[in-house]
Amino acid sequence: MNLDKRDLLQMYKMMLLIRRFEEQCVEFYKNGEIRGSLHPCIGQEATAVGACYALRKDDYLTCTYRGHGQALDKGLDPKEAMAELLGRSTGCSKGKGGSMHFTDPDVGLLGENAIVGAGAPIAVGAALSAQLDGIDRVSITFFGDGAVNQGAFAEALNLAAVWNAPIIFFCENNLYSEMTPIADMVNIEQLADRAAGFGIPAVTVDGYDPVALYEATLAAVDRARSGGGPTFIEAMTYRLVGHMIGDTEPYRTQEEVAEWRARDPIHAFPQRLVDEFGVSQAEIEAAQAEVEAQMAEVVRFALDSPWPSADEIAQDIFA
Amino acid sequence: MRELTYAQALREAITEEMDRNPNIILLGEDIGVYGGVFKVTEGLLARYGPERVRETPISEAGFVGAAVGLAMTGKHPMPELMFADFAWVAADQIFNQAAKMRYMSGGRVKVPMVIRTQQGGGRGNAAQHSQSLETIFTHIPGLKVVLPATPYDAKGLLKSAFREENPIVFVEHKLLYATRGPVPEEEYTIPLGQAEIKRAGDDVTLVSLSRTVLHALEAAEEMAQEGVSVEAIDLRCTVPMDLETILESVRKTNRLVVAHESHRRLGIGAEIAALVQEHAFDHLDAPIERVGAMDVPIPYSQPLESQVLPGVDHILEAIRRVIV
Repeated sequence: MNLDKRDLLQMYKMMLLIRRFEEQCVEFYKNGEIRGSLHPCIGQEATAVGACYALRKDDYLTCTYRGHGQALDKGLDPKEAMAELLGRSTGCSKGKGGSMHFTDPDVGLLGENAIVGAGAPIAVGAALSAQLDGIDRVSITFFGDGAVNQGAFAEALNLAAVWNAPIIFFCENNLYSEMTPIADMVNIEQLADRAAGFGIPAVTVDGYDPVALYEATLAAVDRARSGGGPTFIEAMTYRLVGHMIGDTEPYRTQEEVAEWRARDPIHAFPQRLVDEFGVSQAEIEAAQAEVEAQMAEVVRFALDSPWPSADEIAQDIFA
Repeated sequence: MRELTYAQALREAITEEMDRNPNIILLGEDIGVYGGVFKVTEGLLARYGPERVRETPISEAGFVGAAVGLAMTGKHPMPELMFADFAWVAADQIFNQAAKMRYMSGGRVKVPMVIRTQQGGGRGNAAQHSQSLETIFTHIPGLKVVLPATPYDAKGLLKSAFREENPIVFVEHKLLYATRGPVPEEEYTIPLGQAEIKRAGDDVTLVSLSRTVLHALEAAEEMAQEGVSVEAIDLRCTVPMDLETILESVRKTNRLVVAHESHRRLGIGAEIAALVQEHAFDHLDAPIERVGAMDVPIPYSQPLESQVLPGVDHILEAIRRVIV
């Protein structure tokens, strides 16, 4: 493993930041500060952090409406992200996109996407762009288990395969396709099995193990950078909250949620850093304090930010 | 001046722009070795190679989506939809992605791309290969929509489309590819959003677009024999739309007919009629007439299809109604 203590602490800090960010979003949603759709990634922070830690800043990324984690980890400023959620002019999209459309081309973030599966062909295009430029940039697209049944997604896999595009298809299999078990919606055991039909190698990883996720992604990234083409990664994960705020969750048992909650990486990972990697409790606590301070700043910035002016309504339609 | 076909004029525009801008990438079905089903891209694979003239699987959602990704990362793709009817297959990528990406990002990204396609009936291609869809492209904010009627316009407008940093839907007509017309040797472009008065007149304003312009000019000629002076305007673009040229003409003629091959219901004619009554109601001496395809799927059989699609006779009838 080529991660040292500093890397691991950094990964932990990022996971915690995402968790705190999402918890803050839920709070803001409940008190009416955030409107519309909100799909927290609580429970799925490890996939975002493990995968993104294997990327460079100039790599391209598309993700889904549950993509706050990936967006932040790719480098989106959490202050701009929270301001966007509050609909403020300082938001990353000046308040025009909201929760499901975080975009920041400066860090390679080509957008979350509110249409299931739609980010995949866009990421293939970005990968092709890198290939045509002859540089070793890669593209990664995150999607949920539900996306594997979308036509555009299948088309993206095929295009990536025939173009040998430098891309990683990263499936966050959280077992539920919105509010329906994915097991009822496909006739295969592992979603990674889909990749073989397109001639794309695939691997299934524990989505609650940041280190394993990093290593699997790094292998895929190395392969893509060196001209080896696409890889499909399926991370077995779980969201510890509903699909969206207000989800009554009749489709799963409290026992099942409790089982996964017992493995929640936000608690398990720092413990593992102490047990296995010589990280001290003081270092963990310092990381936690740092995140708390950062979040206080994020919230203050967002709440203090001005609303967009009405002049903005008809701006940014055409370049 | 030399004459070119519509297809040749398009090819010349693509070639000149590809020479000028190395970021232009062509994607589409059968556009390479075969040269496209209407031969517009013939010879381009040999000239630019498979990286820039990229044959794709039959996979419209996939390659239009890839074009969005290319456009967002510095390329200028030209995905070709073999028939406009196939836009439905790629509808999410056109309407939800390409059209909205810039707005949703607060202007952080650009999506420079030219979606080339062709539409229209008259060849017996039946309901899934004969639709005229400019109304649909026009309705969703975020796309510019161009419909050239002549070889001259095809070249000049396509070159302008490539100079834009926006998603453009460039809609050709399948029965125009073999038409011939003057195209100068020297470089020129035609700005998007400028209608053209194809024939000046005083009695009736006749606005049309795409292949219907040819019908409109024929009708105008016939009316001239009867002593009625028709001002024929080729709209050329529906987004941006040159309303001013239409209003100026209506203020002079006080009568308006709009003709297009897309369905009459909620068509460009309906939009223009609404805009003209909003802006020039006092200048109208007769109800505005709309000519368009009947609101039925385009039938296969020749006598049926020719009744469903608007022709010269339909335009003549409409003109006669407004000059009474």
